[in-house]
Amino acid sequence: MNGIMSLSRPDKKAARKQSLKEYWAGIRYAGHVITHPFDGFWDLAHENKGNVAAATTYLVLFLLTYVLKLMYTSFQFISAPIQYINVFERSGSLLLPFLVLCFANWALTTLFDGKGRFKDIYIAMCYALVPYILIQLPLIFVSNIITFDEESFYTVLMTFSLVWCLFLAFVALQQVHDYSPGKTIVFIIATILGACVVIFLVLVFFSLLSDAIGFFVSLYREIAFRLN
Amino acid sequence: MTVLKRLTVLLTALLLLASFASAFAIDDGFYSVYTYNYDYWEEIRESPDAYKVKTVLYGTTLGLDTNFSLPEGMFIRGNDIYVCDTGNNRLVQIRADEEGYTLVRTIDKINGSDKPGFLSPTDCSVDEAGNIYVADKNNNRVVMVDKDLNFVREFVKPDDPSFGSGSFLPVRIAVDVAGRVYVLAENVNMGLIKYEADTEFAGYIGANKVSMTMWEYVWKYFFMSEEQRATSESTVPTRYENIYMDDQGFIYATTTSFEEYDLKWDNAKPIRRLNGIGDDILIKDDRYPPIGDYTWVEGGDASHGPSKFVDITVLENDVYVALDKTRGRIFGYDSQGVMLWAFGAIGQYEGAFNAPIALDHIGRELICLDQRDMSITVFTPTEYGNLIYDANNAYAKGDYDGSGELWDEVLKFNANYNMAYRGIGRALLRQGKYSEAMEYFKMAHDRQNYGRAFRLYRKEWVEKNIGWVVGILIAVIVLYLAKRIISGMKKEVAAYERDHVVKQA
Repeated sequence: MNGIMSLSRPDKKAARKQSLKEYWAGIRYAGHVITHPFDGFWDLAHENKGNVAAATTYLVLFLLTYVLKLMYTSFQFISAPIQYINVFERSGSLLLPFLVLCFANWALTTLFDGKGRFKDIYIAMCYALVPYILIQLPLIFVSNIITFDEESFYTVLMTFSLVWCLFLAFVALQQVHDYSPGKTIVFIIATILGACVVIFLVLVFFSLLSDAIGFFVSLYREIAFRLN
Repeated sequence: MTVLKRLTVLLTALLLLASFASAFAIDDGFYSVYTYNYDYWEEIRESPDAYKVKTVLYGTTLGLDTNFSLPEGMFIRGNDIYVCDTGNNRLVQIRADEEGYTLVRTIDKINGSDKPGFLSPTDCSVDEAGNIYVADKNNNRVVMVDKDLNFVREFVKPDDPSFGSGSFLPVRIAVDVAGRVYVLAENVNMGLIKYEADTEFAGYIGANKVSMTMWEYVWKYFFMSEEQRATSESTVPTRYENIYMDDQGFIYATTTSFEEYDLKWDNAKPIRRLNGIGDDILIKDDRYPPIGDYTWVEGGDASHGPSKFVDITVLENDVYVALDKTRGRIFGYDSQGVMLWAFGAIGQYEGAFNAPIALDHIGRELICLDQRDMSITVFTPTEYGNLIYDANNAYAKGDYDGSGELWDEVLKFNANYNMAYRGIGRALLRQGKYSEAMEYFKMAHDRQNYGRAFRLYRKEWVEKNIGWVVGILIAVIVLYLAKRIISGMKKEVAAYERDHVVKQA
């Protein structure tokens, strides 16, 4: 008993240390990806440079940035009705489309010799969100020290972060699937349509499910009523 | 017995209360209150009454032999109210004084004119000297008579090819101090017809500029067939509904022909202030332009659509008040286009209208003519309403401290009053209390002024704190440099020692 414990403890520690090291490597790798997207996304998918934990961290940070932005941007630049905002609803309305789009992209590209697995797509798309965090998070602070007349400064940075993100997402899909630029564009459009189909199917599924449940509930009630 | 009596009294009181409450809750498809204002999120906020009914005048109570019949226009000069009793082809002059409202005379005959009477007079105007101008619609003229009803001159159909062949049907008029007459006529969509004082036609002013966006143009000329293009003549200039000449000679005009979706984007411009050459110079400094109600049933019928202003009047400090026939409401705006209050309803009780048609004022009192009720309702400002005027007044006079105090008073009546926060903010800004001003502007959601206050506050902050900010910066740089120099020296020492150790070895 004692011997096993003494044997496994350093092993466990080492393993944890190793995974933590990998995690940090994944976090740090974002710096390379956003500045060298073609190279970075290729290695991300084909050399296993990123990991799900780091990617999820960025996704959470992205949602956090969005919420913080709604709450703490100077009211000169944003008119969010704070009293009506539901943080979970707002972040959910970003998270859900994101996941649906990833899923739709995976579902379509697997059929048309895309090289990326779902995990690769998810990681790559999360890394593509990094510029949003990098620029918009400090911008929340900046918005509180500039005035209404200096709005253009704010808008330019804002637009820049979005353009950067979109560019990264485009490159990410291209590199992950090993597609040509033209094919990537076609599949981005197809992905959006696919996402609509997914949403439609989910809605139909739930509506049918609720109908079915409703049927059994009323059946039960009817029987219970008759038996009484 | 006494129990029964008490119960009866209680019941009666309750019934009275109930009837009172129901009278003020008119169901027009919207949650509505009598006096209200909009908050920043476009939601109606109840407000204390800015105006209350002073009295309602009817033809019978005034002592007219025949009651009003579909009156259309009203004009006030001094304390005299002139009502155009259109259906009875006459003008009714009423004088307001301490005792109340008394009938002065009815005007239905002109001395020395080939047409001795009026035929459907729709509007009138009276100048300082007491000369009366009447839009004598079915006599196809605007006639000017002196105060003793002697014919002076008449303004008739312009002898101009631009006018076309239709008959001249003047409906609304305005007269400036120089005696120039501005006429709004039926079937004329080129703006206002302007006459010189000597009846000479002087052209049109204030025509709606026909504008087309690029997309409209592309759509119309590349995608529409010949027939479609012919039937879609939507790009004609709209006509005005009513006009009012303010003290400075600017014409306030309202229009009710617009597309609903243009309203909030300030393309419809239901209220305009026209200068001498007919350009709209109305100031719009609020989130939305002055359009009346912010919510309506899209494509709704006449009582559920957007506000339609049938008349407008201008009070002290360019506060203008417009009358909406859709919901029988009166909207007050300050000179910057910010809504001060709104009140009124369609209904059958004092303070509600049936078909409001004309609005004017004596001092701060508002006088509203109802065409179908054939009544004149006189509104007088409440303490709250007066405070708002006073605060505006004080600010306009440059008494910023005073106006701040008055706005503070307003807030005691109505804590939802955005204008008051803004007003206090402006006063504080002038007094140099920037951070407090910022707080108030923030509560009023006034970005522009907040930015202004914040810029000054930031400047002050930087001036006050520049010392230690720069100090820290210098300290950081010095420390960094020192560190580099020291590490450089250490390296040199190490290299020296190594060399010597090697040599020694």
